[in-house]
Amino acid sequence: MKDLSVLSYGVGNLRSVVRALTHVGASVTCISHPEEVANAERLVLPGVGAFRHCADALRRQNLWQPVADYLSGDRPFLGICVGMQLMLEASEEFGVHPGFATIKGRVVRLPDEVGQKIPMVGWKTIKSLNKNVIFDPAADDSFYFVHSYAAQGVDETHTLATYSYGGSQVVAAVGRDAKVGTQFHPEKSGEAGLALLERFTEL
Amino acid sequence: MKNLRFIARLDVKGEHLVKGVQLEGLRKLGRPNEFARRYYSEGIDEILYIDIVASLYERNSLLPIIERATDDIFVPITVGGGIRSLEDVRAALEVGADKVAINTAALRRPELINEVAEAFGSQCMVLGVEAKRTGPGKWECYFDNGREKSGKDILEWVKEGTERGAGEILLTSVDQEGGQKGMDTELLAAVSSAVSIPVIASGGVGAVEHISEAVETGADAIAMAHVLHYDKLSIGEAKSWACDHAVLDVRQ
Repeated sequence: MKDLSVLSYGVGNLRSVVRALTHVGASVTCISHPEEVANAERLVLPGVGAFRHCADALRRQNLWQPVADYLSGDRPFLGICVGMQLMLEASEEFGVHPGFATIKGRVVRLPDEVGQKIPMVGWKTIKSLNKNVIFDPAADDSFYFVHSYAAQGVDETHTLATYSYGGSQVVAAVGRDAKVGTQFHPEKSGEAGLALLERFTEL
Repeated sequence: MKNLRFIARLDVKGEHLVKGVQLEGLRKLGRPNEFARRYYSEGIDEILYIDIVASLYERNSLLPIIERATDDIFVPITVGGGIRSLEDVRAALEVGADKVAINTAALRRPELINEVAEAFGSQCMVLGVEAKRTGPGKWECYFDNGREKSGKDILEWVKEGTERGAGEILLTSVDQEGGQKGMDTELLAAVSSAVSIPVIASGGVGAVEHISEAVETGADAIAMAHVLHYDKLSIGEAKSWACDHAVLDVRQ
């Protein structure tokens, strides 16, 4: 059984993340202290709402530096939704706010596209770029997204998957080695999401 | 391609899934989570639980049901009925809900929309709206499950709700709900073009054809109750129809 730590910092639907990871066989602990982040074998960072709200919450609880330190190492990491966005250099949501800069790129508002409402709420079939085993190369999987802001300027090497949005491609997942981030919610993406979480626990 | 989501709407009274016509006259159909689990296994995109007697008990009583649902249902869950305060929202999110649908409490105190959006994010704040036609191109907002009138104009209200931070509109036509005769397409079109946020069309789907109507008038999601609970249409059939009759991004 793989040990996994989910960071609880007052943001997001923790229960669903924990339930989904437990469902795929991981041994999950909710953590909230800096030392626990330092000692985690595998770290999951959830996040919903505004980027700066999540970043502020991490800083207020003295978790920003511990997560930054964790990300400078090699241990597996999964950032979900705003948790993924925090892996980038900065976000332009409600002003400019710095991220952990694990992945080069910025978080910007989704472009206005005809027929698309913002936030983009719903299931999207992703195109995996076959860079990381968390995505099944044989499947055209759909995942659940809810976001108004997306990663941009991420280089090819670190873009794991995209989805079609109007005339453009939106970044669905990023990664560097065992540190991955998904814009979508794997814990809310049915069996495809559960399978991805299971593959993450194997990293 | 435009996205279309299919949402199963479960009206709950106590421990029972119920369904009625024109929001009156209820029949007990069974245990809500049995239906929810079945819909999940059949590919439903989201599940919406509404506590229809919340006003009677002055609170939402669905939390234990939601908690059990999130044990093995891994699609987004929205809870509505009797959500009145930030504490109610927090409690719902803590048992595993992703979004809350708020109608009455928002009409009474619109600032609540701002507060929920700021505390938990707009993505969590679904503005529930019950619309009853009052004349050509005009609808009034109702609350308390279509029983009470608010005096507010629908289009003004949904615009205000969007400005205050709502992430989605859950739009129910009081006139069409439970009738299975289709949706109020004029209402849908008016609301969809009035706001820049997603609109969930709820109420009136009785046959596959109604799905096209909803899509053509701008719905981003369709909430179905009657037609699913009484086995008149399967989720697979609904999705196939949508893909065959329009160019849409629908999860298979």
